[in-house]
Amino acid sequence: MSYADTNEDVHHGDHDHHGPAPGLMRWVTTTNHKDIGTLYLWFSLIMFFIGGAMALVIRAELWMPGIQIVDPMFFNAMTTMHAIVMIFGVVMPAFVGLANWMIPMMLGAPDMALPRLNNWSFWIMPFAFTIMLSTLFMDSGGPAGGWTLYPPLSLQMGDSFAFVIFAIHFLGISSVMGSINIVATIFNMRAPGMKLMQMPMFVWTWLITAFLLIATIPVFAGAVTMLLTDRFFETSFFSAAGGGDPVMYQHIFWFFGHPEVYILILPAFGIISHIIPTFSRKQLFGYDSMVYATASIAFLSFIVWAHHMFTTGMPLAAELFFMFSTMMISVPTGVKVFNWVATMWRGSMTFETPMLFAIGFVIMFTIGGLSGLMLAITPADIQYHDTYFVVAHFHYVLVPGAIYSIMASVYFWIPKWTGNMYDEKLGKIHFWVSTIFVNVLFFPMHFVGLAGMPRRIPDYSLQFADWNMIASIGAFGFGFSQLMFVYIIIKCVRGGEKATGQVWEGARGLEWTIDSPAPYHTFEDSPIITSDTVTR
Amino acid sequence: MSTATDGYYIPHEAKWPIVGSIGLFTTFWGLASWFNGSGLGQFTFFVGMAIMVFMLFGWFSTVVGESQNGTYNGQVDTSFRMCMSWFIFSEVMFFGAFFGALFYVRNYSGPWLGGEGAGGADVTNAVLWSSYDYVWPTDGPADIGGGFQSMGWFGLPLVNTLLLLFSGLTCTIAHHAIKDGDREKMVRWLGATVALGLIFTGVQAYEYYHAYHALDLKLSSGIYGSTFFMLTGFHGFHVCMGAIMLAVVMFRGMKGHFTAENHFAFEAAAWYWHFVDVVWLGLFVFVYIF
Repeated sequence: MSYADTNEDVHHGDHDHHGPAPGLMRWVTTTNHKDIGTLYLWFSLIMFFIGGAMALVIRAELWMPGIQIVDPMFFNAMTTMHAIVMIFGVVMPAFVGLANWMIPMMLGAPDMALPRLNNWSFWIMPFAFTIMLSTLFMDSGGPAGGWTLYPPLSLQMGDSFAFVIFAIHFLGISSVMGSINIVATIFNMRAPGMKLMQMPMFVWTWLITAFLLIATIPVFAGAVTMLLTDRFFETSFFSAAGGGDPVMYQHIFWFFGHPEVYILILPAFGIISHIIPTFSRKQLFGYDSMVYATASIAFLSFIVWAHHMFTTGMPLAAELFFMFSTMMISVPTGVKVFNWVATMWRGSMTFETPMLFAIGFVIMFTIGGLSGLMLAITPADIQYHDTYFVVAHFHYVLVPGAIYSIMASVYFWIPKWTGNMYDEKLGKIHFWVSTIFVNVLFFPMHFVGLAGMPRRIPDYSLQFADWNMIASIGAFGFGFSQLMFVYIIIKCVRGGEKATGQVWEGARGLEWTIDSPAPYHTFEDSPIITSDTVTR
Repeated sequence: MSTATDGYYIPHEAKWPIVGSIGLFTTFWGLASWFNGSGLGQFTFFVGMAIMVFMLFGWFSTVVGESQNGTYNGQVDTSFRMCMSWFIFSEVMFFGAFFGALFYVRNYSGPWLGGEGAGGADVTNAVLWSSYDYVWPTDGPADIGGGFQSMGWFGLPLVNTLLLLFSGLTCTIAHHAIKDGDREKMVRWLGATVALGLIFTGVQAYEYYHAYHALDLKLSSGIYGSTFFMLTGFHGFHVCMGAIMLAVVMFRGMKGHFTAENHFAFEAAAWYWHFVDVVWLGLFVFVYIF
């Protein structure tokens, strides 16, 4: 049955159907989950190009050995800021935007649980990033000690230091409020009758992600607060002279940092678990095991943090513990990859753009996962640590991983958002061009990394020259091919072949029972869910 | 303006969030400039704080008004409850970072700095500080802050512990009172709770004065001073926040708000108060006694 019909025909006139407020103030004062989702997604897209431009500065400098284009301090500010922008300004807001758009519709809820708070969570982002990016224009230059802000180096920053710390606090407020809202929505706003194990995978993965955010962002806030007082109020948290320990910062930071990297990938797992079944025209294989695997990954993320610090030094027993606990993560992750492959097995598959990005995700994320397993082995990591091999690893899981899942979800859901189909031919070209260039960009980094090229250095030894030039070609190719993505999105927003409510033949779930484009208000009357209702 | 949907209240056109964003932006910008020694920083910070107070007052007035008009049904109430519980959980994790720092120094890095441990853990001691013996409390091998006496647990800290525990009791009596519909009794016992909170803060302020002037114990007194003042300082800040929340609830009670069935704001403030209480017990045990 179609719940949209229930809303529009039967109950028409019961409610005053508010449309959006007129003018620009609509976007400033909106409490509508779809508007706020749209704001998050556009913000993320803009930041993607800002962060991408920084990456191109890095790759331009690394085109040839020697210092050519930027001075080393600015180069380091670029590596630092590129990471901060991509993590906190692109991937996280994009996932929150998708959560805003989709979770209420997937749950049959009228909106997010706390709509005003939702508005605030978004409207912090542009202000916080104004502070963050303004540091690049300060006399002392931007933060150049790496996004991890390790002391004592980070304490030697100029005026930008305090601004970066407070921008992090500011962003943290947004993340925690947004996550609390998502948890409250999932627990409290499900349509009557919907059991937890009837929830779509995207909702499950976001529930667990939101938990990770609420648990770890405050720890990060604590860590940077200690940096702040060490710098300005003479505390000795990270100074051995006063009885503290600089290594302690790394422990506290990575207690946040490791769950954070799963925050950047768990919603992606959810998205892929929607797209692959849709275009295989089968139900997701092993739904229950997917839920348990996600929860296991989240649990393990709290007990593996020191694998980022094997070369920093810790007792042997700790090195062994963190090595084995890290390797254990490959078990639930393997369950997920197996389930995606098993979902495709004997499916009636078609390869529309979202499916191409999803399959690309599975293959290339797995490459990144395997190099992660290599890095988990303590004695081997002592060779790999702080080389381009690490850069290759986390870019494989984040670019053809997290970013691909976001692109896949945009192609997958944009007909629902705009009511128009995107240009399929251009979408496919976008996929293939991106995929070729992303591998040209990141695969050679494995080679130079294993050969010993260090990260975060603007110059390098002659022996690494050829592969760096190839990587830079890939970087510019990948960067500029994303203009195509923008073109396809704008073209789709402006018009195109009309989409049906169902959009995709194999799509399952409540969000596909409503019209395309989704009406401004959906599920104002709750659908009643039984154990037979298709919700996932 | 609203759309009632199955009774779940969805507000439209929220104007306070953007005021809050501007307020926080001004506050943080001002604070950072102030720390960097810019003359305008302090002024900007206080302007930001003023905007924040204005925003919080406006936002909460709106919500209180809606609640009094019966706009919220039970499901909205549940959303608020979840929001507050998860917020308190996030606060627990914030304190966890500082407690974690204390445990790490006392169990690991402190002894290593003093030359214990094998496999290279003792190297810092051997190379840089070979004359240093680690004993807690410490201000480190370089005697940062220049020597101090640590804060004992007997005396004022014990008094403070009893004050807070007793305030938990008065808070609970107030809760039972409102559950029986006795608003006046609730206001009385809430008044007692707020008063105990204020006395606690006063005693804590005196303790800080005593530390700085009699014990030479300062924020800059090495890692002991850092952990002592940051943990008790953030706790004291949270006591003030909790006391403000309880006071707001008390004033609302005096205006005739809250019924036996409907008093979420009371419970939220009470949860927060108990959280602050529990943090103090952790502090009393791990910062003062051991």
